[in-house]
Amino acid sequence: MPSTEMTFKIGGEAGQGVESSGAGFAKSLVRAGWHVFGMQDYYSRIRGGHNFYQIGVSDRPVYSHVESVDLLLALTQEAVDRHCGEIVEGGGVICEECLEVDCASLDQRDVSYFPVPLTDIAQEQGGAEVMRNTAALGAAAGLVRFPFEVMASVIEDNFAKKGAEAVQVNLRVAEAAYRYAQEQFADKFDYRLGRVEGAPPRMIMDGNQALSLGALLGGCKFVAGYPMTPATSILQWMATHAERYGVVVKHTEDEIAAVMMIIGAAHMGVRAMAPTSGGGFSLMNEGLGLAGITETPIVIVEAQRPGPATGLATRTEQADLLFVLHASQGEFPRIVLSPGTIEECFEAGWRAFNLAEKYQCPVIVLSDNFLANSVRSIEMGALDFAGVQIDRGQLLTKKELDELEGEYLRYAYTESGVSPRALPGHPRAVFQGTGNEHTPDGHLTEEIEPRRLQVEKRLKKLEAAHEEIRGPVLYGPKKAEVTLVGWGSTYGPLREAVDVLNAEGASANMLHIRDVWPFPAKALREALDKARRRVMVEGNATGQMAHLLEAHTGVKLDHHVRRYDGRPLSPQYILERLEEVHHG
Amino acid sequence: MVEFQDYQSPVRPTWCKGCGDYGIWNALKFALSELDLAPHEVLMVTGIGCGSKTPDYTRVNGLHTLHGRSLPAATGARLANHGMKVLCVHGDGDGYGMGLGHMMHAVRRNMDITDVVQNNRVYGLTKGQYSPTSPEGFVTKTSPQGAIDHPVNPWALALAAGATFIGRGFPADLRHLVEVLKKAIQHRGYALVDVLQPCVSFNKGYAYEYYQPRVYKVDEEPGYDTTDRAAAWQRAEEWGDRIPIGILYQVEGTPTYEEQVSVLRGGPLVNQGFREWTDDDFEKLRAEFV
Repeated sequence: MPSTEMTFKIGGEAGQGVESSGAGFAKSLVRAGWHVFGMQDYYSRIRGGHNFYQIGVSDRPVYSHVESVDLLLALTQEAVDRHCGEIVEGGGVICEECLEVDCASLDQRDVSYFPVPLTDIAQEQGGAEVMRNTAALGAAAGLVRFPFEVMASVIEDNFAKKGAEAVQVNLRVAEAAYRYAQEQFADKFDYRLGRVEGAPPRMIMDGNQALSLGALLGGCKFVAGYPMTPATSILQWMATHAERYGVVVKHTEDEIAAVMMIIGAAHMGVRAMAPTSGGGFSLMNEGLGLAGITETPIVIVEAQRPGPATGLATRTEQADLLFVLHASQGEFPRIVLSPGTIEECFEAGWRAFNLAEKYQCPVIVLSDNFLANSVRSIEMGALDFAGVQIDRGQLLTKKELDELEGEYLRYAYTESGVSPRALPGHPRAVFQGTGNEHTPDGHLTEEIEPRRLQVEKRLKKLEAAHEEIRGPVLYGPKKAEVTLVGWGSTYGPLREAVDVLNAEGASANMLHIRDVWPFPAKALREALDKARRRVMVEGNATGQMAHLLEAHTGVKLDHHVRRYDGRPLSPQYILERLEEVHHG
Repeated sequence: MVEFQDYQSPVRPTWCKGCGDYGIWNALKFALSELDLAPHEVLMVTGIGCGSKTPDYTRVNGLHTLHGRSLPAATGARLANHGMKVLCVHGDGDGYGMGLGHMMHAVRRNMDITDVVQNNRVYGLTKGQYSPTSPEGFVTKTSPQGAIDHPVNPWALALAAGATFIGRGFPADLRHLVEVLKKAIQHRGYALVDVLQPCVSFNKGYAYEYYQPRVYKVDEEPGYDTTDRAAAWQRAEEWGDRIPIGILYQVEGTPTYEEQVSVLRGGPLVNQGFREWTDDDFEKLRAEFV
C-alpha cells in the first residue's frame, strides 16, 4: 500500500520563491484534506544563501517537523548536496539534470532520482526562469498524484493580486510539470496523496498569525513596532487589517519609541501591544520598568531568536526566558506567558490584555521563531473566536467618576494592590502617572513610608494574578517511566517524541509549561512529584527553565536535552539524546 | 471660563530660587487657561530633569516618563486620544540629547504636539555637566578642559526636519513667552518652543543678564515673513550679540499625522470602543487561512 505520510522539502536560494511556493503547496495539501506542518529555514539575506521549506503531511494532526525527508525538491546544487542524505529509503529527489547527483549513493539507499527540466518547462509555458519553483511543486504533485485542481485553486488565489496573466502562466507551468512527472515517474514512486475523502475544511496558520488574531479579537486597538525577525509578521498582519477593524498601527523609529508609544496609548485607555524580538526587547527595558511603576497595562510579544546581539537573525532559540523575567531595573510585577501551539498563541493574544488590565502591569508573551513562523493545519473551530472575553479589570466608568467623592487617587493602597484606574480626560480624575516613586495621588515622593507601601502594593498584585496562572499541560499517560518537560514551542516536538516512544513500547508522557510568571510552582511541583524520570527539554544552552523549576519547586531534574544551534528541537533530536541518556 | 488658578497644585516646586523654570511654568499655566483649556483636557508629557517635574507642580493630566522619551509617549497618547491637547515639556539634555532622534521623527510626522524645551544649556539635576546646547569650550564637571562638542542648533534641526512651527521664548519676558506658547498650542501640527532658561546654579554665564540685552523678537522685525523658509534658515543660524526669540517659522495647513490615519476619522480611538464582532467578521477572518 502506498505511503500517505510524508515530508516534502523544497530547497533553493533566497529569491527563488522557496518560502512562498512552499507555503502555497502546504495550503493546497490542507485544502485536499491533509494535516500539515510547515516550517521555513532561511538565511538573513535577500538573495542567495540556502533556504528550504519543509512540509510534513499526514492523515493525522502533525505537531512538528521531522529531520528525514521523503521527497526533496532541489532547486540548486547546494540543496542537492545538503539534503540528499536526509532522504529516507523509498524516497526521491526532483531536480534538473544539470545538477550533480550521486545516483550510486541514492540507489544504494533505494532513493529515486527524478530529473525534471524545470527551467525548460517554465520557459516553454511562457514563464520566467524563477517559475522553476512552481514547476518543481507541480512535478511533486504529479509524482504523488495530488489532485491538480486543488493545487490550481491555491495558485489562483495566491497570484490573483499579480493579475490574470500571472495566474495563467503559473497554472500552465505547474500543470506541464505535473503531467511530466506523472507520466515519467509516478509509477516509480510509492507515495500517494489524493484527496482525503470526508475531511472537513481546515485552516492553516502560524503562531504569529494566531497571536495577531487573538489580539485583534481581544480588543487590541494600537500596535507599535519596529520590524525585527521573527516578530515582523505580527506588525504586518496588524497593519493590513488595521483599517477594516479599527486598529492604529505605527511603524516606529526604534523599539524604544515602540514601547513608549504603547505606554502613552495604554495610559490613555486603549489596548496596546508591541511585537519584537530579543534585540528590540533589550531596547524596551527601561520602558518596561516605566510601565511597571506607572502601572500601565501593556502587552509586549517577544518572539525569540538566538542572541546575543544579532546572533542568528532568522533562526530559533529559547534563551531569553530569564532575561524577560528579570528585565529592567528594580522590582515590579509582570506576567509572562509562553504559548506552545497555534491554539495557545491565539489564546495568549487576547488573554494577555485581560491580565495586563486586571493587574495593571506589563504582560510579555514569549514566543520564538519556530512557533512564530511555522504553520500547522487546525480545525475551523480550533480557535474559539466567539469565546474571546474582554475584562478590563478595575477601570472606572464615566458615571463612577461623576459620582466620585473626594480626590481621585490613582495609586491608592488597596487590599489586592490594584488601584481603580481612571483614564485621563475626566474633570474629577486629573492625575499624574510617573516613573518616580510616588504617593497615592501620583505626586513624587522620596519618603520612607510611601516608598515601602507602593513597592508592596505593586508586588501584591501578583498574588491574585498567580491564581490565574495555569499549571502545566500533561500529554500522554498519567503514569509513565519517563516525563519530558518543556515550555513554549517545545510542545510539538515533545508531543511527537512521546507518541513515538509509546508506540515503540516505552512509557512516556510530557509536561508542557504554558504560563511562566508568576511561576506556577505548586502545580508544577505536584506534577513533577508524580514523574519517575524527569527529562527537561529546552532550546537553550544553560537550562533556563530547568533552573527556574529547581529553584522554585525543589524538584531535581534527572536529565537535560538542550539545543542551541539555532535549529528547532525535533522529535528525532530529542529521541537520539534520550537514547544517549539511556545507554550513557 | 478656565482660570489660571485651575492649574494650581498644592505641591510647590523644588526648583532653585530664580530658576527659569518658574517663568516657563507660569507661562504654561497662563497660556493654557487663556486658551480656555481645562486641566482635564490637557496631557503634559515630560521626561526627566528639573523642568520635567512641571506636572508634579501643576494640576493637569501628567505623564512623567523617562529621560529623552517623552515624544514617543506623547505620540502614543495622541494616537490613542487625539481629543486631548498634548504638550511635551522637557529640558535640553532630554529633548536635544537623549531624545533628539525622537524629535526628528515627531517633527517629520507633524504630530500635533507642542514641544516645549527648557533649554538651560547645562545639566542641572545631575549638578553641572555640559549639555547638547552648551557652547564649545564650556567648562563643567564632565568637560574640565572645555567642551569639544559643537552645540546642537535646535531651530536649524527642526527646520531641516520639516517642522511646521518653530518658536523661542525667554521667561524674563513672560507675556511674550505666553503668547508664543499660545500660538504653538493652537498650531495644528508639531510646534517647537525652545525656551532660553537661565540656570542660576550651574550656568551662571548664561543667566538673565546675558540674554536680556541680546534677545530680540524676530517676528516683529520689519519685513520678516514667518512663512519664508529661506529667511528662517538665516535667523536660525543667528546666535551671538543678537539672539532671536518669537516665531521663527510657521506654515499652516500641513496635515497632521493624526489627521491622515483613516481609523482616527471615526473619532478618538479611546472613544471608539471595542468592535462588536459578527459571524460575518469571523467568517472573513477564517477564510484568510483556508
